[in-house]
Amino acid sequence: MLLGRTANGLYWMNRYIERAENMARLVDAGLRMALTRTQSASEEWNSVLLSAGSDVAFKQKYSDYTAADVADFLLRDTSNPSSTMSSIETARNNARMVRTALTRETWESINEAWMSLKRMLARPIDERDLPNVLDAIKRETALIRGSFYGTMLRNEIFDFSQLGTYVERADNTARILDVKYYVLLPSISWVGSTLDNYQWESILRSVSAHRSYRWVYDADYKPTNIADYLILNVRMPRSLTFCYRFLSEHLKFLSDDYGERHACHATAEKTQAMLRAGSIKDIFDAGLHEFLAGFIRDNTRLGDEIAQDYRFY
Amino acid sequence: MRLAAFDEMLPEVSGLRRPYSAYDRWLKEQDPARLTEKMQDAERVFRKTGITFAVYGEQEASERLIPFDIVPRIISGNEWRRLTQGIEQRVQALNAFLDDIYHRQEILRAGRVPRDLIAKNEAFLREMIGVRPPAGVYTHIIGVDIVRISEDEFYVLEDNARTPSGVSYMLENRETMMQLFPELFQKIKVRPVENYPQLLRQSLAAVRPQSTKGAPTIAVLTPGSFNSAYFEHAFLADQMGVQLVEGQDLRVVDGHVAMRTTEGYKQIDVLYRRVDDSFLDPLTFRPDSALGIPGIMDVYRAGNITIANAPGTGIADDKAIYSYMPEIVEFYTGRKAILGNIPTWRCSEADSLKYVLEHIHELVIKEVHGSGGYGMLVGPAATKKECEAFAKKLAAKPSNYIAQPTLALSTCPILTDKGLAPRHVDLRPYVLVSDRIQIVPGGLTRVALKEGSLVVNSSQGGGTKDTWVLDD
Repeated sequence: MLLGRTANGLYWMNRYIERAENMARLVDAGLRMALTRTQSASEEWNSVLLSAGSDVAFKQKYSDYTAADVADFLLRDTSNPSSTMSSIETARNNARMVRTALTRETWESINEAWMSLKRMLARPIDERDLPNVLDAIKRETALIRGSFYGTMLRNEIFDFSQLGTYVERADNTARILDVKYYVLLPSISWVGSTLDNYQWESILRSVSAHRSYRWVYDADYKPTNIADYLILNVRMPRSLTFCYRFLSEHLKFLSDDYGERHACHATAEKTQAMLRAGSIKDIFDAGLHEFLAGFIRDNTRLGDEIAQDYRFY
Repeated sequence: MRLAAFDEMLPEVSGLRRPYSAYDRWLKEQDPARLTEKMQDAERVFRKTGITFAVYGEQEASERLIPFDIVPRIISGNEWRRLTQGIEQRVQALNAFLDDIYHRQEILRAGRVPRDLIAKNEAFLREMIGVRPPAGVYTHIIGVDIVRISEDEFYVLEDNARTPSGVSYMLENRETMMQLFPELFQKIKVRPVENYPQLLRQSLAAVRPQSTKGAPTIAVLTPGSFNSAYFEHAFLADQMGVQLVEGQDLRVVDGHVAMRTTEGYKQIDVLYRRVDDSFLDPLTFRPDSALGIPGIMDVYRAGNITIANAPGTGIADDKAIYSYMPEIVEFYTGRKAILGNIPTWRCSEADSLKYVLEHIHELVIKEVHGSGGYGMLVGPAATKKECEAFAKKLAAKPSNYIAQPTLALSTCPILTDKGLAPRHVDLRPYVLVSDRIQIVPGGLTRVALKEGSLVVNSSQGGGTKDTWVLDD
């Protein structure tokens, strides 16, 4: 038996842990782009902010896009509710609230991540330290994930946690693709220019997939392959299909356990069926942007339905 | 002013006391540098596990550690047996007093406690008149604060009969000591305290409503994660394997209190509440309370839920009632109190008020309803100005205050940079009441870390120690 409020806390705890890490990955990809393409760096930082869903808030505070400001805003600014620092703080507050549902190892890993990031992000980040800081953020979230997978009982507590992780991750991957969808569209020339190559690598880098891509596809970057990898590949842990495979699985565990199906089950299954049946050609033919916009909408609705069906409030 | 205090390890006259002999032998073999290291280890353990408490009114330091000292406070088996007899007697009397005060009020009729003291007391809940809680128990969990003056003199400082806190520190202190010094526990036989959560759960289950079918559903009610004692609430729920609920999770469904789960509303039979009476039910008490459950008092009066501790138990540990405890114990148990009270002047009485005002520099003056060491004056430690200001407050509302002599509380050594140094301590053993009375061998020893200070409250710079009851 699980309190609705506890399920809510677990769900958001994991969404925010995922988000804390995603911010670091986005900054990492942006940094790389800015280093390789100094001329249009501000454009790249703009798309990083768009992917993070933080461009409007950023513009209220800053007039120019500089690496230092964007990194500061996405990593340590507590007035930005999605920054790594805000996210880890929200994750910890949720963890504190649901503490009785967590193993000691899981709670301690979150608490220690919070303590160490709070210390590290207390002062503005020196540009030379930025790579170290990004590594440290990824390491802390990896430790949380490790203790979580290594020690948590596979019950409803685990299911609600995973729902949070995969709803957030699917949203993040879809947004990254949507911000850059135009560089993936078939252009006059199918052979990418150097510039396109950088763009494509940046997309893969922002989901930590620039190396694994080469294990699965050719050494060359091809837009359709990249889209296929991030949308349809069932083995790629940040692809939309992968996320929905696990969302459906955990929702099924819940409906089996409780003996009751809800609206969220139908929504998740519908999306999963659509991803399974589709080919990347169909998606491009129907319009990549339209596909992604529709996906983000449905994914958000799934989150709302889970909250309602399982009495989060 | 310095008081000559009785040190529990090394009293000036008689040398090392017996309960400490094995520990002292071990201590002498230790490298001081290693002990300092262990002290830092302890702090790291506490911070990592998040054992913190919030201090009201401090913004930045919203989470702080209670300092922990690694020198244990040691009580012999014999001393403990004496204490438990006194505590049991006192706890029996507290429950009998509560039952009486909410029913026939024999003790008032007998003139042993003044009627006004009850009728005009905010801690007396009219809503509880004529209500008999399940199994007849009013105060299920009690923390009796005890101080020591000499080899043979123990006094009760306070009866915490509402929602005593601190038991999680008793448990974590022991856990930490066992991690830091496993070899000590092989050398010295210390009675275990770690089964407290199981005892608490069994004790709560035993006082379930009569109508409960099957195993009762138990929950801990907390004001929420921003409450200063939240760590303890979560800790106890976790250790007992029960749900930790907030008011927003609960509502009255079909005459029972139920919690909102992912599968709908589920009935609760026993609620261990860590929320004050006045916040419990906005329909009965404070209408602005968002921490309580509207209608829970109706369910309670119908006998469909056990609330531990029962609403209205505050009348038994009120500081104004405290001074009558010797009479109360004798009235209900027919025997003199084994554990004495500290002599107390009730400022509501004209003679006492006069005495207190004249001797303000020698006395400890407390608010009748205060807790946590707030709003009190320690005369000998206060400046002339502070005393004068306090005297004014006292004269304006005398019934709000009681006064006690400044006692030389016993000391126990703590580890400082310069080695062992004596500091004043008190002791809070935890008592569970169901169809029987159980006292866990040990308790929470609070220690005033500042040299000479008598204030042991954690909110005022106090720390804690592991408390050992020897199995001898």
